[in-house]
Amino acid sequence: MQVQINNLFYAYPGGINALNGISFSIEPGEQVAIVGQNGAGKTTLARHLNGLLQPTSGQLTIGGWDTRSVSVAKLASRVGYVFQNPDEQLFCKTVGVEVAFGPKNLHYSPQRIDELVSEALALTELTEKRDINPYDLSPTGRKMVALASIISMDTPIVIFDEPTTGQDAASVARIASVIAHLRKHGKTVITITHDIDFCAENFERVIALSQGQVLLDGSANEVLGQQEILARTYVDPPQLTRLGIRLGIPGTIRSQVEFLAAYRTLTSKD
Amino acid sequence: MALVNLQNVSYTYPLTEKPVLKDISLQVQPGEFVAIIGPNGAGKSTLCYAISGFIPHFFKGELTGRVEVAGIESRQSTLSEWVLSVGLAFQNPFNQISGAKYTVFEEIAFGLENIGVPRDEMKARIDAAMALTGISALAQRSPFSLSGGQQQRVALASILVMQPQVLVLDEPTSQLDPIGTREVFGVIREMSKKGMTVILVEHKVEWIASFADRVVALHEGSILLEGSPSEVLTSPTLEGKGFGVSRYTQAARDAAREGLWPAQRRLPVTLDEAVEGFEGQHASSN
Repeated sequence: MQVQINNLFYAYPGGINALNGISFSIEPGEQVAIVGQNGAGKTTLARHLNGLLQPTSGQLTIGGWDTRSVSVAKLASRVGYVFQNPDEQLFCKTVGVEVAFGPKNLHYSPQRIDELVSEALALTELTEKRDINPYDLSPTGRKMVALASIISMDTPIVIFDEPTTGQDAASVARIASVIAHLRKHGKTVITITHDIDFCAENFERVIALSQGQVLLDGSANEVLGQQEILARTYVDPPQLTRLGIRLGIPGTIRSQVEFLAAYRTLTSKD
Repeated sequence: MALVNLQNVSYTYPLTEKPVLKDISLQVQPGEFVAIIGPNGAGKSTLCYAISGFIPHFFKGELTGRVEVAGIESRQSTLSEWVLSVGLAFQNPFNQISGAKYTVFEEIAFGLENIGVPRDEMKARIDAAMALTGISALAQRSPFSLSGGQQQRVALASILVMQPQVLVLDEPTSQLDPIGTREVFGVIREMSKKGMTVILVEHKVEWIASFADRVVALHEGSILLEGSPSEVLTSPTLEGKGFGVSRYTQAARDAAREGLWPAQRRLPVTLDEAVEGFEGQHASSN
């Protein structure tokens, strides 16, 4: 399901111009990270994708549906949105009911709902927590419930707003594995993040926003090495990329495996 | 004498069976900057509550051992006395904001009003706290109309304005972008330089490495390790237990297995340390 954004402008009531002419498209099954400083327009853009915000001008289509002519409820069958703060998203009495809420509202069959809920709970390691109140879980646990309750909707497009905020190493690894699972199932994943290292390790395409405009859009290798341009939106290249640059290693280093291989070559060359 | 003194502290939340803190003894000297690390569920936030008096005064449950600040035991004190010496910035700023105030300025005034600070002094202190945390422009906004990052700064300002002897910070930059993180750490370092005692819970280990005097690694409610940042953050003791590791440390650790990191050299935590080590290794292998 293709996402197309055409010359999108958005001004908040009160006149703050949050988006100033954004155009790009995302192909079905693509995994895209959107980066940029606080206030660059990342969340504003993402909230257009599920219809929570409507363009001031320009156009946004999700698989051919113009978001201005489709209700948020209808768009929810195509776009799932995991909020940054799980506490803004969770309201049911148990984890199981919470995770079933989305698919129920999409009128899936009871059998399909059961399957989707079980799968989402397994993926987020919540199977044992099914009957617990989400608010009795740790903040990390609630983050997982928020993830599960969107994954269970089985939408072709899933948006994550700052998924790694406040998460420890184990939880970040679990979120990465959820994203890998979605990739394997051909889902489009769009993630807004400050966590540039997470972005480097999990996404192949990166869009950098600055002041409501696209600053860079390309493969992670192309975008993440551009130290000077990224600095304009106050993003530092990933840690290993910076280490590679400082050591004079050519190309953009994005993972431990890449670093070790490149460093091995560097030391053996001399 | 230690300003903060925890003696064999154990704590179990009400209606639960397992203790979250197990026999913790920890001394923090006046002016010291101590960072606490650990995986989620290690007891970091609970430890913050114990030091800041929320345990036992707000959270009931079972507390054994002693928590002392400046020689006074928390049990013998009240929360309203305790906040004069220890300030806690919550992990989730949404939970800290009072909900009783219409503007950021009033929100930051809340603590000072409660301890009866004269009006003129109050205003000056609030202005200074807002300037320090970079939120002066938000003074007349509603705390609930702000972004997560802005709320986090308001929460920090509300504590700094109280000028506590001990500042306890539970992941104060979790909602901030890299530049906001840098700014807030700048503020914390400034307070520390001025002599404030800082106890900081944080996942971002590179920042800890460049700021903290000492690091305490908490695991399943107990102190697993404590020492200098470079000692603790690169320790093999923490491996495989869910502790965050700097990518530089990990890169050097992987390289060391192949003899590609200088023998005897401590693993790096920061970029500069990593560059130094790898360049040294590279030069010596030529």
